[in-house]
Amino acid sequence: MKIPRTPWLLVVAAGFWAAVQLLRLVGFNDYYLFIANLSLVYVILAVSLNLINGIIGQFSLGHMGFAAVGAYVSGSITTLIFKLSPNVAAHYPGFVLALVAGGVAAALVGVAIGFPTLRLKGDYLAIVTLGFGEIIRTVFNNIDAVGGPRGLLGIPKFSTFTVILAFALITVAVIRNIAESAHGRNMIAIRENELAADLVGIDTTGYKVKAFALGAFFAGIGGGLYAHLLQIAHPTQFGFIYSVQVLIMVYAGGVGSLTGSVLAAFALTILTQLLKSGLSSLKSLTGLPIGGDWYMVLYALLLILIMLYRTEGLMGTREAKLMVIPEEDDK
Amino acid sequence: MGSIFNLQQVVNGLQLGSIYALIALGYTMVYGIVRLINFAHGDFYMIGAYTAYGAFFLFNAVLGGSGLPMAAVALVLAMLASGLVALLTNRLAYRPLRYKPKLSSLITAIGVSMLIEYLFSALPFIGPSFRAFPEILPSVPIKLGQNATISTHALIDIGVAAVLMIGLTILVRHTTLGKAMRAVSQDKDAAKLMGIDVEKVIAWTFMIGGAFAGAAGLLAGMTYPRIFPFMGILPGLKAFIAAVLGGIGNIPGAVLGAYIMGVAETFATAYNSLLGEGIAFAILIVVLLVRPRGILGEKHADKI
Amino acid sequence: MSAVLKVTGMSHWFGGLKAVSNFNFEVPEGAIYGLIGPNGSGKTTTFNLITGIYKPTEGKIEFSGGDITGAKPYRIVRKGVARTFQNLRIFGSMSVLDNVRVARQYAPVSSFLASTLRLPSYKAEERARKAEAMNLLDVLHLSGRAKEQAKNLPYGELRRLEIARALATNPSLLLLDEPAAGMNPKEVQDLMALIARVRDEFKVTVFLIEHHMKFVMGLCERIKVLDFGETIAEGVPELVAKDPRVLEAYLGKKGGH
Ligand SMILES: Nc1ncnc2c1ncn2[C@@H]1O[C@H](COP(=O)(O)OP(=O)(O)O)[C@@H](O)[C@H]1O
Ligand SMILES: [Mg+2]
Repeated sequence: MKIPRTPWLLVVAAGFWAAVQLLRLVGFNDYYLFIANLSLVYVILAVSLNLINGIIGQFSLGHMGFAAVGAYVSGSITTLIFKLSPNVAAHYPGFVLALVAGGVAAALVGVAIGFPTLRLKGDYLAIVTLGFGEIIRTVFNNIDAVGGPRGLLGIPKFSTFTVILAFALITVAVIRNIAESAHGRNMIAIRENELAADLVGIDTTGYKVKAFALGAFFAGIGGGLYAHLLQIAHPTQFGFIYSVQVLIMVYAGGVGSLTGSVLAAFALTILTQLLKSGLSSLKSLTGLPIGGDWYMVLYALLLILIMLYRTEGLMGTREAKLMVIPEEDDK
Repeated sequence: MGSIFNLQQVVNGLQLGSIYALIALGYTMVYGIVRLINFAHGDFYMIGAYTAYGAFFLFNAVLGGSGLPMAAVALVLAMLASGLVALLTNRLAYRPLRYKPKLSSLITAIGVSMLIEYLFSALPFIGPSFRAFPEILPSVPIKLGQNATISTHALIDIGVAAVLMIGLTILVRHTTLGKAMRAVSQDKDAAKLMGIDVEKVIAWTFMIGGAFAGAAGLLAGMTYPRIFPFMGILPGLKAFIAAVLGGIGNIPGAVLGAYIMGVAETFATAYNSLLGEGIAFAILIVVLLVRPRGILGEKHADKI
Repeated sequence: MSAVLKVTGMSHWFGGLKAVSNFNFEVPEGAIYGLIGPNGSGKTTTFNLITGIYKPTEGKIEFSGGDITGAKPYRIVRKGVARTFQNLRIFGSMSVLDNVRVARQYAPVSSFLASTLRLPSYKAEERARKAEAMNLLDVLHLSGRAKEQAKNLPYGELRRLEIARALATNPSLLLLDEPAAGMNPKEVQDLMALIARVRDEFKVTVFLIEHHMKFVMGLCERIKVLDFGETIAEGVPELVAKDPRVLEAYLGKKGGH
């Protein structure tokens, strides 16, 4: 009889969940929980961006535009439901559906953007996706029904640790399974040599659009979770600079390594919070005029240093064991 | 109010276009020579504006406040500062990546841009908030026919841009450096074989491009007197798009693209502010889809 | 015998340069057909036109009786035209095995959903892909390298890997662009035998570009000679080799090795 393989990813996620629940009992306060939640949201954003930038080797600079679509769409739905009846617990199924709706909307936007732009390459593609990301943001900034420049306020706080963790797990598992499948192989071939991929019969454009749509879908989910964590969807949350932050995570972890993206999402989210609080306590201790923007200076330096001295990031294209699906006949 | 398609909009568009042109030239020259979209280029423009701002307060006492001498000093210092930062950026960040994949340089450029912006924003004596730019030269409206005026500022913007562009044309066409620049942009390896110091040419290109952006920063400060550390992002992007529109790598193309962009944006904004915000990106997308090489750009094909 | 590939009146311009000029020919099924000519005479461009990378300025390309002029490359491949590249284009960071099995695109791939969930249909398909790829690696003497990263292989093996990859697309026409380039005489000998074997075993028609004269003369049943995009000779090797225009344009300059 065949022994089923241990689903290590699930085990790790469950372990993480249990650890946090235990720590909650011994002083893991709301702030720490917030950091854990935020890290998981960034896991979703970074892993989904890695599908586009790492696995299939395109270059998107507008990832937060997709997140914005997810945030606004799901946020609009849940605020509406919430207004009709403010019983939070009853709304979780609706919340999940709203998130998925946000993801689907983002995916549709991804396809709409993908078709005309994906024949562009490298730096041109980067600029155009940046442009689209900014256009999406500008559009939300100008729609009064979702608050315009004030943002969409009063979003219910539905993003609990468990929900975010569950979606992060699903995102990682789905993208991993695709990356490790025949489809993933086709995508990697496109990254490695697009012309050769074309000439072994891979529909390169089709794959790029699909990867864009899938990446956008999960970014939309991530954006929705984010909005329901902060209880607001605001145009400035989805600016270009935040797309760059996610990009930094992908590169710090190693483009093409999903493991790297997960690790970097945690590391950099925690580092950001440490820097913020460290700088502000240094400020109050010494009286030095060190404003809040210094951590962004450090982020920028980090990005430059990675590109100059360690282009492959933390992991290169390597994956942790639990991220690799072994082939059937090699034990 | 009358039609939005009036002479006044054209004048405003040309004024804006002059500033874009000065920025776009740096983009296009650098792209022509190292095939890099220098994302930080808009920040050189910001540095020019801040340098001019600082120069005003530094030399206020000596030069007796506003006036032409002050404007000249501010212009020279703005160009110098931006040129030097551009030079430094090239040396420290881009040169080590010259023969690595193109995307590494682009990402580094994004990092450099972020670094400059947030550094300015974080430095206590600069800070993130808007500052009012001093009136270095007064703005006097001059009547242009029935219902349009042109300000002295507009004349200065258009004039300074014209003078610098003529200077650049002479430099590129008639000097040894200009010839070397053209050679390097055609074929780096061949230029090297011909004994051209390619890195030196690249350095000069960054320096000149940066200086032009610095000049644009001063002009923009005088014309739209509000400066802040992130002021370079949008004009930088728009100037880049102008360069693409004209044919990136092509010097007259950048100027043409910039004036089209300036006029288009002025008209679009007069029509609807959302359209004004989006027109540049709309232009970019249309150009890339319809004619990716731009109006004056040459066709490149990768050999297989 | 019927023609697998039929090209009529094909010309191609790059701006002002006529890289291929009035190209006409038919490749009979099962043949090994050679295309020779000095550097820059338009050979690779001809391959690029047949495989759909460029659309010919003029003319018509028929494959297995169907018009493929201007079709998308990946569709042409799926119809049965495979090729290798003069300047290797391998998937460097993928394993040797993956390089080959990624090329099995002629059979449908399970949906994203079925693949993500690893449904039995997907697993069966993956087994088939792997078995077929391993078999091809065997034929091209590369099975020992299956797990290695492709970019770590020596040059000669990479050339064979490209052939294995091309065969994985299940072609009826195989285009080889300078397959012996950079090989030593022993490797060239082996390659000749290999190509003949591949033709018989996989029932493919071979159309190849090569500079190596012994190789072309020894292997090809028919040869076409290009110079500046024009066809200057065509026929069986013995006659072509004696054609004064060929000697002048090609053999003369190359010293005829
Ligand atoms: N993409 C292209 N753009 C412009 N010219 C090209 C391109 N590809 C090939 N050429 C030119 O077409 C001619 C034929 O090239 P090619 O087919 O590669 O020759 P061969 O393979 O016979 O050596 C050459 O002069 C070459 O420079
Ligand atoms: Mg060739």
